Amino acid sequence: MNIYDIVFYLFAAITLASAFVVVTARNIIYSAFSLLFTFFGIAGLYVLLGADFIAVVQLMVYVGGILVLILFGVMLTNKITSVQIKTGTLQVIPAILGTALMAGVLIKIFTGTNWHSQMAQYPTKTTAYALGHILLTDYVLIFELLGILLLIALIGAATIARKEEKAS
Amino acid sequence: MNLIPIEYYLILSAFMFAVGVTGVLIRKNAIVVFMCIELMLNSGNLALVAFSSYMGSSAGQIFVFFVMTVAAAEAAVGLAIIIAIFRNKLTVNIDEINIFKW
Amino acid sequence: MIEQYIPIFLVIGVSVVFSMAVIASSKLFGPQRPDSEKLSTYESGMKPVGGVRERISIKYYLVAMLFIVFDIEVIFVYPWGVEFKKLLGEQGISALVPMIIFLVVLELGYLYVYKKGGLKWD
Repeated sequence: MNIYDIVFYLFAAITLASAFVVVTARNIIYSAFSLLFTFFGIAGLYVLLGADFIAVVQLMVYVGGILVLILFGVMLTNKITSVQIKTGTLQVIPAILGTALMAGVLIKIFTGTNWHSQMAQYPTKTTAYALGHILLTDYVLIFELLGILLLIALIGAATIARKEEKAS
Repeated sequence: MNLIPIEYYLILSAFMFAVGVTGVLIRKNAIVVFMCIELMLNSGNLALVAFSSYMGSSAGQIFVFFVMTVAAAEAAVGLAIIIAIFRNKLTVNIDEINIFKW
Repeated sequence: MIEQYIPIFLVIGVSVVFSMAVIASSKLFGPQRPDSEKLSTYESGMKPVGGVRERISIKYYLVAMLFIVFDIEVIFVYPWGVEFKKLLGEQGISALVPMIIFLVVLELGYLYVYKKGGLKWD
């Protein structure tokens, strides 16, 4: 049991436990806040995998951006009475059976395949250099397309959200 | 040295994905369904980063960038749609939103 | 190596332990004589108005959405910035072009929201 094992099991436990809370919590606020710990655990695993820049981006985009947006969504859609913020579930047994089957098949595939199962090299300097180079040379067209996608998302979301304000 | 086999990360990612699918199937609130979609995207990202660093190539991490960008765009538009539906129907429970049915 | 990250773990551990210790010690050692005046909500001397679970305005959502789009812009600009010197050596001044196109496209979205009055706070 060296430091890598300890860190891996710690972050894996944080991630899985808080993912369970996201799905099972009756109160949406609890779901949203335990999603924070899931994102945090994933960022820790990225660090363990040597992807330091991705870990920082995970914290910036998911914890700092998407989670805040989800919390705004929760606060914009709850009723004034706090009873309504609790929500129900439906068709639990068939859903769990189906996903258990799917997870079983996935794990069978993952364990049955002969992966190159030794980590290449833990990077000694930040991965931002390699990412910047590959982003601006090999994947430059996708990079521009993502800019257009963000533009469309910005215009679309602003239009949808604003029209409703005028109506109310 | 890092001796954790890649299978561990993949199994963790499979479990997270299963938890996310379960949440999408069983929860009624559209925002919780949304959070579960983020869980599934994150499990995919984890698998991509694991493959990338065990292969010693940065391409997988670039894909994680792209997935994150799409997730952010999806969060902005999707939550705007959920809020718009809430303004009209005063509910975000997906079993009560049936305006396409007649 | 992962040993580089030990200071970060130490900071996380210290902050968690310290904050919990402060709250727990004030709970354990402080005298507790609650009355209705002390337990009431403190709102800077005013009488508290309304509940905590009120719906917030859609304007905050627009600001959060703008923030997330430009957050994404930052994560793309940063790796470009640290690698720019090398790209400039390889490709010359044309290394600037993709990033300028990207920034212009995003600024178009900003201008749209600005012209539509999405940034007005009335």
